[in-house]
Amino acid sequence: MPAAMTALVAAAIDVGTDVAEAFDAHDAGGGGLPQLHAPDFAPQLFWLAVTFVLLYWIMSKIALPRIGEVIEERKDRIQRDLAAAERLKAETEKALASYEKALSDARANASTIARQTRESLNAEVEKDRKAVEDQLARKLADAEAAIDATKTKALASVKDIAGDAVVSIVGTLSNVNATKDEIARALAASGADK
Amino acid sequence: MAEAADVAGHAESHGPMAQFEIKRLVPLELFGYDISFTNSSLFMVLALVLISTFLILAMSRRALVPGRLQSIAESVYEFVAGIVRENLGKEGMRYFPWVFTIFIFILTLNMLGMIPGSFTVTSHIIVTFALAAMVWITVTLIGFARHGLGYLKLFVPEGVPFWLMPLIVPIELVSYLIRPVSLSVRLFANMMAGHTMLKVFASFAVSLPFVAKAFPVLFTAAFTGLEFLVAFLQAFIFTVLTCIYLNDAVHMHH
Amino acid sequence: MDPQAAKFIGAGLACFALIGAGIGIGNIFGNYLSGALRNPSAAPGQFTNLLIGFALAEATGLFGLLIALIILFG
Repeated sequence: MPAAMTALVAAAIDVGTDVAEAFDAHDAGGGGLPQLHAPDFAPQLFWLAVTFVLLYWIMSKIALPRIGEVIEERKDRIQRDLAAAERLKAETEKALASYEKALSDARANASTIARQTRESLNAEVEKDRKAVEDQLARKLADAEAAIDATKTKALASVKDIAGDAVVSIVGTLSNVNATKDEIARALAASGADK
Repeated sequence: MAEAADVAGHAESHGPMAQFEIKRLVPLELFGYDISFTNSSLFMVLALVLISTFLILAMSRRALVPGRLQSIAESVYEFVAGIVRENLGKEGMRYFPWVFTIFIFILTLNMLGMIPGSFTVTSHIIVTFALAAMVWITVTLIGFARHGLGYLKLFVPEGVPFWLMPLIVPIELVSYLIRPVSLSVRLFANMMAGHTMLKVFASFAVSLPFVAKAFPVLFTAAFTGLEFLVAFLQAFIFTVLTCIYLNDAVHMHH
Repeated sequence: MDPQAAKFIGAGLACFALIGAGIGIGNIFGNYLSGALRNPSAAPGQFTNLLIGFALAEATGLFGLLIALIILFG
């Protein structure tokens, strides 16, 4: 671009000088706006071209790339820092989530273990109780059986004793020697042994 | 030699226009062309040196956290980059150095002109016209380089009924051709009018009697503030319009 | 008529161009303000357009002022 601009400015100076000559021919000096004083055009155009091209070169080659670099670098840095912060935040959140999960797992575990312990204890107690109860029930049944047997035996003896008693009573009272068989028949007939 | 006498004749006058006179400090000649080092050249070179040293010195540390100078340089950069991005989009950044040079050069010349007793380079039509012509020619070349003859469609706006074309096309053509004129005259007339006005009011301060001097002085002070605004605004406008014209050439839509 | 007087009158007439510039600039800023008060959030985005409009309107007036200056000093 600078080369093109230089050519351009050279052409412009040419035109400017032509115009200047035209003005000179027309306006024989004296008064007039300084801006329209044509002989001054050429030096202004020349120095404008020189300074502008030089300034453009310095700006585009030295000054602006530096500023742009610094700004770009800062933008990158901020972007990077932001990204890092974002990543750290995500990691923290993940850690927090895993911690909470571990906590709730532990809690669930604890309650499961407690329940299991309770259940197993309960079962054991139940078993023991059942065993004891069974034993007791068996003993009770044995005892009841023994009692029944004794009762039956006693009742049977009662009949004998009653018969003997009746024979002796009858013999004593009425001098009748009733036999044991007769007494038993009489008792049976009266339904007393019921 | 006749010119030297002419210049001397100019220098004697102290009208409001005297401040715009070109004074040859070092007469030079190259291939028959007059390339004398004038007061105008002095301020152009001064602007060049000031801009370059400022931008290079400010960025010498290349700090990630900018200091005062560096943040000024960076905000100027970002300001112009913002104009370019807004008007041309991301791809327009390849023209950024050119646009930046135009902006910073005109801004510095305008601001240097605000120093009392200095010379305002941009108050000369030939300088602003050369800048505007450079913009116009560059934009036109870019337009033709990118779109070939299709660039001529710029003069045929879409959605205009065909029977209006004989009216619209010449208007578009003229408004395109007049661009360098309006671009240069806007900057030149603003700078010249402002400085002339300041000088006229300042001369009232000399010619009015005692207490009445206060009014032109106060007005001049206030108007100087406005002129600083104008100096910035005209550099900004020149840059924005350059970007808008570039956008026409690059993207081809209004 | 004295040619000098005609020159001054002409310069004064050329300055009438500034009337239009004044109206134009007033219009631009007035409309910008009324728009900005209706929708303040959209205002900063139009600031560049405001300045462009201002510069375009002002330049038109300055063309007239320029003619006046050329008549006076040219």
